[in-house]
Amino acid sequence: MTWLLLAEAGVPEGGLFDLDATLPLMAVQVVLLTFLLNSLFFRPVGKVVEDREGYIATSRAEAKQKLEQINRLEADLQDQLRGARQAAQSAIVEAEQEVDRLYREALAEAEAEANRTREKARREIESQRESAQAQLMSQVDQLSAQIINRLLAA
Amino acid sequence: MVPSLLNLPFAELEVGQHLYWQIGNLNLHGQVFLSSWVVIGLLLLLVVSGTRKMERDPKGVQNLLEYLWDYLRELAREQIGEKAYRDWLPFVGTLFLFIFVCNWGGALIPWRLVELPNGELGAPTADINTTVAMALLVSLSYFYAGLSRKGLRYFEYYVEPTPIMLPFKIIEDFTKPLSLSFRLFGNILADELVVAVLAFLVPVLVPLPAMFLGLFTSAIQALIFATLAANYIGEAVHEEAH
Repeated sequence: MTWLLLAEAGVPEGGLFDLDATLPLMAVQVVLLTFLLNSLFFRPVGKVVEDREGYIATSRAEAKQKLEQINRLEADLQDQLRGARQAAQSAIVEAEQEVDRLYREALAEAEAEANRTREKARREIESQRESAQAQLMSQVDQLSAQIINRLLAA
Repeated sequence: MVPSLLNLPFAELEVGQHLYWQIGNLNLHGQVFLSSWVVIGLLLLLVVSGTRKMERDPKGVQNLLEYLWDYLRELAREQIGEKAYRDWLPFVGTLFLFIFVCNWGGALIPWRLVELPNGELGAPTADINTTVAMALLVSLSYFYAGLSRKGLRYFEYYVEPTPIMLPFKIIEDFTKPLSLSFRLFGNILADELVVAVLAFLVPVLVPLPAMFLGLFTSAIQALIFATLAANYIGEAVHEEAH
């Protein structure tokens, strides 16, 4: 074994399972490498990755918030739109009713006017016929009186 | 050492040969350190080039790094739990990355082009020292994780759900690092050996399927090691619902 050969101050003959000072030095080397990699690799890369994860998380949260806001606004606008539609609908109905009413009123007035006019005309015709009849009567009377006079004179 | 019949550089096979460096009384496996430095260099190069100019919209290497980070985070979070995984992500992630790049580097980097006086370059994880080092680190870290989170109440874990479990739980503390280290070491070494033996016997085409299988095994081993490490830590910090 190694330590026996060391007593002879010669080079050890080696072997597969030759444990010697390589072991602790290698351990020290690995520990040093751990610290080196920690400061050169694990910490900076971890920082970048975790920063990015944080950034993504906050961006996601923000986007979610914005989406919610948009949904709220959309619902709000939809409400407004529905209200406006209803108002427009009711205005149209009202206007139609108004138009209908006006039409009916105008129609009724026109009819009444027409009736009145017709009545007036009828009355006029009646009175004229009566006066004409009266005139005719008087003329008939006159003529008959003349005829009688002529006959009597003859 | 398997004798080389063909005198081709890629057909040589050395097992248990090490390039020894001696510092005072200590022996080091030089080839392990050399290749691990290459691996660490590659890792740092990748990491630095990907994180130099990071943006919110990832481009190029940053994409790859973020994918890796996310993958490792999921692994750690699944095994350790939401509460404690942040503390242990760098450790578990480093284990995964280091083992993964070691394994793949061992298979993909043409190490044989570099001549060493003794031993040969290869995956650092094919050396028992590396895997035992990492397995012991895992043991230490799950003890530390449990003790720092729960204090001495951590040891309640040993007698839950019944005190009969005590010996098994104690044995587990030894078998965990043992199985972790030997699984990784054995898989990677066996993979390298299979490829080397096949390349030694038939240098053309035949080793290719074994190489692809090796890449697959390498990735799986890195995942297994990291997952188990995270799982042990998760077990240690797990709070029983009282």
